[in-house]
Amino acid sequence: MSFLAYPRPDNSFGVRNQVGILATVACANDVAHWISNQTAGSVAFTHQQGCCQTKPDLDTVTRTLISLGRNPNLASVVLVSLGCESISPNEVAEGIAVAGKDVEQIVIQKLGGSGPALAEGSRMARQLVKKASLLQRTSVPDSELRFGIKCGASDTTSGLVSNPSTGAAVDLLIEHGGSCVFGETTEFMGAEHLLAKRAISPEVGQQIFDIVKQMEQRALNAGADMRGGQPTGGNIAGGLTTIEEKSLGAISKSGSKPIQAIYKYGECPQGKGLFIIDSPGREPEALTGLAAGGAQIILFSTGRGAPQGFPFVPVIKITGNPQTYKRLPDHIDLYIDIENGSSHGFARAGSIIYEEALKVASGQKTVAEITGYSSATNIYTIGPVI
Amino acid sequence: MNKLQAIVINKRDNVATAITDLKDGTTVVVSIGEESRAIKLHDSISLGHKFSITPIEANSAIIKYGEVIGYAIKPIEAGVHVHIHNVLGNRGRGDLSKESI
Repeated sequence: MSFLAYPRPDNSFGVRNQVGILATVACANDVAHWISNQTAGSVAFTHQQGCCQTKPDLDTVTRTLISLGRNPNLASVVLVSLGCESISPNEVAEGIAVAGKDVEQIVIQKLGGSGPALAEGSRMARQLVKKASLLQRTSVPDSELRFGIKCGASDTTSGLVSNPSTGAAVDLLIEHGGSCVFGETTEFMGAEHLLAKRAISPEVGQQIFDIVKQMEQRALNAGADMRGGQPTGGNIAGGLTTIEEKSLGAISKSGSKPIQAIYKYGECPQGKGLFIIDSPGREPEALTGLAAGGAQIILFSTGRGAPQGFPFVPVIKITGNPQTYKRLPDHIDLYIDIENGSSHGFARAGSIIYEEALKVASGQKTVAEITGYSSATNIYTIGPVI
Repeated sequence: MNKLQAIVINKRDNVATAITDLKDGTTVVVSIGEESRAIKLHDSISLGHKFSITPIEANSAIIKYGEVIGYAIKPIEAGVHVHIHNVLGNRGRGDLSKESI
């Protein structure tokens, strides 16, 4: 099977063709949004990090911004920095440019403030949009596709229907030679032994146990039962009782294929097959981790009806909850009927999701793209703000 | 054929998940592997919520997906709502952790 996509200099293929306006630090967020508001064909990515953090976190932010800039859905990038942040915008720019993309930089303090920075950034973005608009989609095999998968605002229908159906779509993509990234390490708790069995080697299996233990320890350090935080109040209202139950449902979205390797947050796996990115379950950070992981499309399974997309990666929201589908039509792209899903062993539901993903990859817009619900983004860090 | 009302995912499970809103007093037929079992509900069960399909002793495991999802903090009769009022998890329990701050 094939889809229509924009060829990039590093031999990847974008399913969107936008100019990314990336803030290097929280203090540059407003200017980044102003530029993208002034420039059709551009999108802003903003976050709350980039300064007054410890070295490991600053490295994570730098790595994540480089990987985001290199995501195939971005034709080119304008980096917006304040000028006094802890991370090095030059390092980010150089990292993105390795992929053969145009990268422009503006520094708000150097340019004489936010007004002049808006003017200069918009001028750069206009030129990049004009250049990008000449590119044409071309037909490429589905082996060039990478899914990111996420479940959010889950209830028990997620584990019964939308997650295993998504897993069947992931299995199809891997069988067709493509690749997939998933994370949400918190939601491996209680199901890590099942994931570890799918690891390609005992070492990779052990890494799965290790990242779960580290994540659980961070939660234990708070000195409270994490229930209420994970599973969330909404999860509980939807019938999910414990993190173990949520996890066992959550991992089914990763399908049944072998797990090739574990990557750090902000890294982008090379090669084909199924990869884990160590990340939390919360949407603003989890979606960013998948986009940094090179996902061109995100399949997002939801029970209660999460609203969000991502600035430059289409997010296809799938539910198996008939009440949510009726109540929240502008949050949901695809409904999988529970009886239809389970009675066909999810293969048919997987095909329906897969075909929808290829349509979206070729240009069909998701509800989150149409409503513009895409700015709830952040970068995951684990150390203190200092 | 009656419309499916609840699903038992794995034959080792001791709970079923309602896939439609079910009223207290209803008798629900669930498939457990090859077996069918009729269970009279002692609570109303909302879509997505769980009920016991067998009596569960206090401190014994709640099983769903064929795996342990927590333990009963009191005895649970068959047909009873199984949720946070009668089940605790084993994981992420910082309240029990000696290493907590």
